[in-house]
Amino acid sequence: MAVLSEALAKAQPCPAHYPVPRAVVGAEAWKQAAQGFAEGRMTLLGLWGERDAAHMAVRDTEEGSIAVLSLLCPNGRFPSVGAVHPPAVRLERTMRDLYGLIADGAKDTRPWLDHGKWPHSRAEARAPYDFLPAEGENLHHIVVGPVHAGIIEPGNFRFTAGGETIVRLEERLGYVHKGIEGLMAGADLKRGAQLAGRTSGDSTVAYAFAFARAAEAALGCEVPPRAVWLRALMAELERLANHFGDIGAICNDAAFALMHAHTGVLRELVLRTCDAAFGHRLMRDSIVPGGVAHDLDDRGVAAIRALLAEARRRFPPLVKLYDDTASLQDRTVGTGRLSLELAQQYGAGGFVGRASGRNFDARRDLVYAPYDQLHFTVPIRNDGDVNARVWIRIHEVEQSLGLIEQILDRLPAGPITVPLPIGSDACEGLALVEGFRGDVLVWLHLNREGTIARCHLRDPSWFQWPLLEAAIEGNIVADFPLCNKSFNCSYSGHDL
Amino acid sequence: MRKHIFQGMIHAPLTEAAPAPDDAALAELAQAVERTARRRLGRSLAIREVDAGSCNGCELEIHALNNAFYDLERFGLRFVASPRHADVLLVTGPLTQNMCEALERTYRATPDPKWVVAAGDCAIDGGLFAGSPACVPGSIGAAVPVDLYIRGCPPRPIDLLKGLLALLEAQA
Ligand code: SF4
Repeated sequence: MAVLSEALAKAQPCPAHYPVPRAVVGAEAWKQAAQGFAEGRMTLLGLWGERDAAHMAVRDTEEGSIAVLSLLCPNGRFPSVGAVHPPAVRLERTMRDLYGLIADGAKDTRPWLDHGKWPHSRAEARAPYDFLPAEGENLHHIVVGPVHAGIIEPGNFRFTAGGETIVRLEERLGYVHKGIEGLMAGADLKRGAQLAGRTSGDSTVAYAFAFARAAEAALGCEVPPRAVWLRALMAELERLANHFGDIGAICNDAAFALMHAHTGVLRELVLRTCDAAFGHRLMRDSIVPGGVAHDLDDRGVAAIRALLAEARRRFPPLVKLYDDTASLQDRTVGTGRLSLELAQQYGAGGFVGRASGRNFDARRDLVYAPYDQLHFTVPIRNDGDVNARVWIRIHEVEQSLGLIEQILDRLPAGPITVPLPIGSDACEGLALVEGFRGDVLVWLHLNREGTIARCHLRDPSWFQWPLLEAAIEGNIVADFPLCNKSFNCSYSGHDL
Repeated sequence: MRKHIFQGMIHAPLTEAAPAPDDAALAELAQAVERTARRRLGRSLAIREVDAGSCNGCELEIHALNNAFYDLERFGLRFVASPRHADVLLVTGPLTQNMCEALERTYRATPDPKWVVAAGDCAIDGGLFAGSPACVPGSIGAAVPVDLYIRGCPPRPIDLLKGLLALLEAQA
């Protein structure tokens, strides 16, 4: 029997958790699950806390099944997962910062999101941050951030270099921690959806989509087909806008500004089309629990069709330009290589995982409507470098264009919202949505009156940021911006 | 590559016509700039962007100012890499506690005369994040003196442009 089914068989199932089971396990089973991650038999999808419980979302690698395992921690402690499975380390440090839960046996107990600046900060967090040592002859440090040279989000990076070569990068994040999960507690679903949509602005559709699906799963509410299809349409437009923008931005970080100028035009065209079709350039607050906030009229359809034609005209020559420019390839090929082992261990989502051979896409592997009725392929490469990540995104652009066309061709008619059946019992829901960056996880626990008791949002970046540290090792300092952009992790989505 | 450059030469530019500076913003600024040690800098402003807790939505639209449609640099406005080179700090986000010190230090590192533009609803009053213990009450204005607010979540690039042009008019 697969590990997860085994764990569930022995555990205490929780009623009213949808669509996948949640079960309360004992400390032994919790440790076994941790061991399952370490052995690669399960993938950690999320790890989060509450005042007196710890939860993990897991996927059985063999069966592909998903469940949430919970451990009650009345004394505020739980056995560390990070002690045997490093991807859990930052999540556990965060559980300590936000909910006071202590991971027994954890090796790294430094504060993470808590920088000692909150009214309720812990004493340890007020002390200067303890960066990891790097020892050796002639090593020097380069410290950048939190305010960077470009128009990007804040984070602190500490490089240790021997000459030009990076021997260690240590990230320090948490600067944009806004307390989103704290604000969620007690909020109604409308405000919850708005907050979710502001977790990472570039993935506002993906977050609102995941939040809505989690809420609807919890409440047992069926959304009208038209709304389901419109959601996917928005999600693909968002993917397109981000991929266009980032393909150019990566080239720009290799000093190839021409590509950036051209893909910037494509990105702007997508945003203008979204504005025309849905009334907002980023489609913010366009997906709401129960459906979508804006219907698509004929003018909107025409605008999107025009965009498809324009993208198909403009994009292929740019791909050729990328492929034909040896000086650009010289920078991207072989740079910032990430191994398949690490991508799998960390469950790296999105193009970061797929460029290193991790064959996973939530739209296909955790299929949700309407993707079960749409045709698309999931591009995979094995080279794992900056170039591979660029190519995955190029292919994903092509796939998204095809998906958008299919959606427009087959968009069902009918209503776009349904009233939410609020007021039954307390209930819980889990949803994963494939954003442009990878799978976004939302876990939602609703009170009887439909307000939010606890909402956890897990950005794909949690499992990608640590991999950037690994991928950069042995590269030259000057290639960091290029590598960083090719990962393009979210700071806000991570910092919450 | 030659083909792309050649086509760039023969096609009409995509650039939008310049918008009129925002009237409301102008009025607001006329007052603000009176107070500063005004020095004529010509029609040029160097902008340092600071994300003080944004969801990154505002950054996306600020980035868009550099694309071929808005082409910020034609107005003499450009983004610079260091506050030491800046006339304007363009600040976004609800001002997280964790970014407060960095913002204050960036402000101090910016030479006088300087202006602060707070862009996005979060930067005005915390927006949806107002009331969070992880954010500074009063947002950007609580840490540095703000000369101009630009609304929106995020503000459209054209609104950012109008605001920045108003700043340029007011200080010229
Ligand atoms: S104003 Fe809106 S877009 Fe800007 S940082 Fe705040 S939530 Fe994000």
